[in-house]
Amino acid sequence: MITLKNINKTYDMGQASLHVLKGIDLHIDKGEYISIMGASGSGKSTLLNILGILDNYDTGDYYLNDILIKNLSEKQAAVYRNEMIGFVFQSFNLINFKNALENVALPLYYKNVSRKKRNIIAMEYLDQMGIKDWAYHLPNEMSGGQKQRVAIARAIISKPKVLLADEPTGALDSVTTVEMMKVLTELNSNGLTTIIVTHEKSVADETRSIIHLKDGLIESFEKK
Amino acid sequence: MFTINTIQEIIASLRHNKLRTVLTGLSVTWGIFILIVLLGAGNGLKNGVTSNFSERASNLVQMWSGTSSLPYDGLKADRQLPFAEKQISDVKTEMKETDEQTGVIDKQQTFTYKNEYGAYSIKGVNPTYNDIFKLKFSDNGGRFINELDLKANKKVIVIDKKVEDVLFKGETSLGKYIKVGNIMFQVIGVNSKAERWGGSNGYIPFTTAQLIYNPDKKFNNMAFTVNGLQTTEANNQFNDKLKDEMAASLRFDPKDPRALWIWNAQRDYIETIKIFGGITLFVSIIGIFTLIAGIVGVSNIMLVSVKERTREIGIRKAIGAPPASILRSIVIESIMITTVFGYIGMMLGIGLTEMINYFMVQSAAHSASETGMTVFKNPTVELSIVLISTSILIIAGVIAGYMPARRAVRIKPIEAMREE
Repeated sequence: MITLKNINKTYDMGQASLHVLKGIDLHIDKGEYISIMGASGSGKSTLLNILGILDNYDTGDYYLNDILIKNLSEKQAAVYRNEMIGFVFQSFNLINFKNALENVALPLYYKNVSRKKRNIIAMEYLDQMGIKDWAYHLPNEMSGGQKQRVAIARAIISKPKVLLADEPTGALDSVTTVEMMKVLTELNSNGLTTIIVTHEKSVADETRSIIHLKDGLIESFEKK
Repeated sequence: MFTINTIQEIIASLRHNKLRTVLTGLSVTWGIFILIVLLGAGNGLKNGVTSNFSERASNLVQMWSGTSSLPYDGLKADRQLPFAEKQISDVKTEMKETDEQTGVIDKQQTFTYKNEYGAYSIKGVNPTYNDIFKLKFSDNGGRFINELDLKANKKVIVIDKKVEDVLFKGETSLGKYIKVGNIMFQVIGVNSKAERWGGSNGYIPFTTAQLIYNPDKKFNNMAFTVNGLQTTEANNQFNDKLKDEMAASLRFDPKDPRALWIWNAQRDYIETIKIFGGITLFVSIIGIFTLIAGIVGVSNIMLVSVKERTREIGIRKAIGAPPASILRSIVIESIMITTVFGYIGMMLGIGLTEMINYFMVQSAAHSASETGMTVFKNPTVELSIVLISTSILIIAGVIAGYMPARRAVRIKPIEAMREE
C-alpha cells in the first residue's frame, strides 16, 4: 500500500537548514493500523504530511497504491488527495462557516457529486459517527469530540485508501480520547489502512504497530 | 465551468459570509455611485455654462452706431453716425466672412389689442434675424417673417410670448390684429423663447419698418453671423477690418473710439470654449481620480477578503480541491459581488442624477418666461461612460481578488491551514 525509499526532507530556515527526515525506508501493507511516535521535532508530523501529499520531500521515492508520488502538479496532487487520502487534524480544520453536513459533504463537491446526493451521503456518515442530530450545527456550536467526529466523517466520505491522523486526540480530554480511538479502531477493522501520529502511549497502544521516530530516522518498527 | 454545482457552492459561501459579502459589495456600490454623481455634477456645470450660449448663434456679431468724437477729413466731431442700407451692402460685399446680415430698426411703440395695451420695442428685421437669434416657435406658434413679407412690405408682426400674455390674456393671438402706434399689424407668430436681455419685442419686416417708422431710412443696429474665424486673433483682425470698412463707409476716423460699437460674440465664445476645455479637463480629472479611488477601495477589500480565507483555502486543498477550482470559485464570487453591487451603485447614481435633472427641468418649466442664466443644467452622465467605468471597477475588483487568491492557492495546504 505504502512504500517509502530513502525519503529525505530539509527545511530551509534562511541561513540554517533543518534536516528533518534523514532517509526513511518504510513499507506499510493494506489494512495496517499503525501509530507513529516520537519526541517533538523527530519529524513525525512531517512524515505524515508527506504521506498525505500535503508536503513534498527532497529525495527518495514514495509509492502510494503503486503510484509514484513525486513532483506532482498541484492539480494531480489534489486528485490523489481527494481519491486516496483521508486526513484528520489535531485542530479539526473544519470550515467554520459551513455546518457539519456541509463540511462532511465538501470532498464530494470536488468529485462533482450533486448537492442533493452528497448531502444524503454525508448524512449517512454523520449517522455512522453518531452525530446525525448535529448535522445543521456550525463547528463552533460543537464540542471537541463532536468536531473530530465531523472531521473523521469528512476524511472517510470519499472512501480513501489510507486514513492519516495527526494527533487526532491532541485537543481532546481522556474520555473523548478513548471514544475517538474506538471510532478509529472500528474503521480499521473494516479494512481501512490507518496511520496515527501521536505522543500519547494510550493512543499508540490501541494500534497494532508502533513506529518510533528519532531525529529523522526510524528507530524501531514494533509490531504486535 | 458554470455548473449548477459550482454556482450553488458559491452562493452558499456568499450567504454564509453575509457581512463580508455586503461590506465588499458596499465598497463597490459606493465607488460607482460617487463616480457617477461627481461626473454628473461636472457635466451639470459644463452643460449649464454651455446652455447660455446655445440659445443664440455663437458666431454672432452686432454693431451699434455711435457718435464721432474726433474730427475727420474736414468733418467736425460730435456727428451722429447711424447706418443706412449702404452699410448693410458694404458689409455684404466687403466682409466676405459675414453671412445672414440684417439691419435692426428699434423703436419704442405702444401695442394695443382691444382694451389692453403696453409699451414694447418694435424691431424691423430681415428673415435672417431668426437664424441669428434662434427664436422659438411652438407647434401652433406660427412662423417668423419671410422674404415675401419683406418684398411686399406686409404689415405683419411676430410678438414675444410675454406680449401675447399681456395683450391677449390667454386668447390665441395668431391671425388677429394688434395696433402698433396707430397702425394695425396682423400677428403671424409667437416667439416662446425667454428673453434674456431687455424687455419684450414685436418683430416686423425691415422694409415695412423703414416705410412706416423710419422715413429717414437710418437705423442704429446691425447683426450678422461670421464664418471661419477660429481664433481670438482672427476675430480681432476681423473686428479691426470691420471698423476700417465702416470708417470709410460712414466717414469717421478709424481710431475714433466712440463712432462705432462692435460686439463679437464669436470672440467671447472662443474665450468661453477655453474655459469649457478647463472645466472638461477638471471633470475628467475628478472622474479619473474617483475611479482610481474606487479601484483602490474595491481592490483593498477584495484583497483582505481573500487573505482572510487563506486557511479555508488550505483546508479545501487538503481534502482534494484542485487549485483551479478554488481560484475559479473566488473569481466568480468577485464577479458576482462586483456586478450585483456595481449594478446597484450604477442605478443609485443614475437615479440620483436623473432625479435632480427631473426637478430642475420641472422648476425650469415653471419659470419658463423668467429671465435668468443657469450655471447648472442636466447633471447626467452618458450611459456609455457609466458602463465603461462600472466595467473598469468590476474588472479591477476581479483582478484584485484574483491576485491574492492565486498566491493563496499556491501555498502548501499545510502552511495555509496554519494561518488564522
